[in-house]
Amino acid sequence: MTAEKETIERERAALVPLPRFENGTVEGHRLSDVDEWGRSEHTRAIARRIYAPLYNNWFRVEWEGLEKIPKTGGALLVSNHAAAIPSDAPVIMHGIEVELGRPVYGMADFFFRGVPWFGTMWARVGGVPAHPDNALRLLRDQGQLALVFPEGTKGPSKTYTDRYRLRRFGRGGFVEIAMRAGVPVVPIAVVGAEESMPILFRLPSVARMLGVPYVPVTANMLAFGPLGVLLYFPSKFKIRVLDPVKFDVPSGQERYSKSRIMDEAEKIRTNMQETLYEMLRERRSIWLG
Amino acid sequence: MAQALESDPEVDMILGMGTREPSVALERAEFVRADQAYSILSRIVRATQVDTIVHTFLVVDSTRVSGRALHEINVIGTMNLLAAAGQSGSPVRQVVVKSSTLVYGSASTDPAWFREEVPRTSPARTRVERSLLEVEGFVRDFAEDNPATVVSVLRFANVLGTDIVTPISSNLSRRFCPSVAGYDPLMQFIEEDDVVRCLEHVTRNRIPGLYNVAGTGKLPWSEVAAICGTRLLPLSPVATRTAAAPLVQLGLIEFPPELESLLRYGRGVDTGRITKAGFSCRYTTAGAVESFIRALRLRRSVGKEPPSYTYSQDIEQFFRHSPAVVHSSGEG
Repeated sequence: MTAEKETIERERAALVPLPRFENGTVEGHRLSDVDEWGRSEHTRAIARRIYAPLYNNWFRVEWEGLEKIPKTGGALLVSNHAAAIPSDAPVIMHGIEVELGRPVYGMADFFFRGVPWFGTMWARVGGVPAHPDNALRLLRDQGQLALVFPEGTKGPSKTYTDRYRLRRFGRGGFVEIAMRAGVPVVPIAVVGAEESMPILFRLPSVARMLGVPYVPVTANMLAFGPLGVLLYFPSKFKIRVLDPVKFDVPSGQERYSKSRIMDEAEKIRTNMQETLYEMLRERRSIWLG
Repeated sequence: MAQALESDPEVDMILGMGTREPSVALERAEFVRADQAYSILSRIVRATQVDTIVHTFLVVDSTRVSGRALHEINVIGTMNLLAAAGQSGSPVRQVVVKSSTLVYGSASTDPAWFREEVPRTSPARTRVERSLLEVEGFVRDFAEDNPATVVSVLRFANVLGTDIVTPISSNLSRRFCPSVAGYDPLMQFIEEDDVVRCLEHVTRNRIPGLYNVAGTGKLPWSEVAAICGTRLLPLSPVATRTAAAPLVQLGLIEFPPELESLLRYGRGVDTGRITKAGFSCRYTTAGAVESFIRALRLRRSVGKEPPSYTYSQDIEQFFRHSPAVVHSSGEG
């Protein structure tokens, strides 16, 4: 600004004072530690304390290859999905948070977000609606761990007769997100979840009436009565982390070859399926492992 | 806005238009009183040869006006404005429209952060949202038909600040503020100063395009209420409007239809694009909440904040226009 203009400015300000804009950012004070995804480390710590006995004494979770999960940077964890109320998601999240000390965001169906109380709790303990934009921001921009179940609700809604048979892996969207974010996919095979709350049959008409994805009748309900709606069988959990899959494609592209995506998704699925069968061959007992 | 532009010596003339007299002291700007649908705008554009129109008059709060007036102001007003700007031989080279993130709506199927090109996931049911979508459609058509004109649309998040009164701010300033039981949505706010700064930035640098503008970060509604020292009044998650109706009638809360879904699912917008265009908000979302509550505390203690500007209108007119006022270095 020239000296002349400055003089005019000053003169004018002296005659008619106008508000001036200040510089510097204003952060404001926070009262809680709820992050921009709705996750709260404080709530999460309480949840871990409550969940620990179930994890250690009920399911007696055993990990194999935990070191394959990156300690820093984004990675997309994919796992098989089972049990009427899936027991695998909290087990994986709890395990990684306790062992590696890094938060895991569990991506799941939008349905949960709409359920009062449950949806809020779900967000506080690290649940995020599975939207490609959400995954991309978590993985690429924030370098976090995100857990997805490519089978979606098809996994936990399958009946006991289909146990450990992987459903279709969606449209391979998880591979595309990992490619775009430039992060590895880390497949995880879980054995034990299927038997923790096996579905005998489903009630599709009731599900339609209630507007929920599925309404199961589980073996737990027969064994424990009304308690069985929430109470798991103490099946032995074994979790094996497979080698991370890196894609040699440039990140950040708007679109990737569909055939490449489907191939990669199928490769990961086959690998997980074979690992599951291998783990089942080694398993002597459902309850003792 | 006019105050911000006045401080720029490059700007020759500022012409304000509105249905009411300006509420702030303006030094150089002139003001024209108009009806709400802007029907005389085309004549004004011809008469004054303005080159920039900043359209900030869109109503985003359905509690202030009736449905009909809302349509009149937003849809018909914008139509007249764009018609005036697009008439043959029009001198207008830039149009800036202040819109709102209300165009994204709020639903359980939303992404956590809307990018500008991501469409809303639920149909627009409220009047305000429908009218804003219609307005943005007009602006898009206008931009297509007039490629030589710089057209910018700014979608601002919910505004909080020292002076502005919105349903959210008036709810937060009461003893009880409504929430929907079982939901604690993440909210994103922008401070009112940042709104003005952004309009100014875009106008001055002639930046075309569609932009989200909001403070960084999100806060759960319960925390916003706690910071503001108000108690949450949980409304039933089913038949929420019916539950709210008597409280609205009694004047205990404000609960426009567009607030209902917001208090369930919240809303977030991605501001990467406006950041790339060189603008960043001074206030984070938490900062905007703090600015609001600080101003509110002051108002509670001393009543309405004394205006920092103490000259009377006549004296000001004298300083502005009287030939007796000597400018040492010529006209500004």
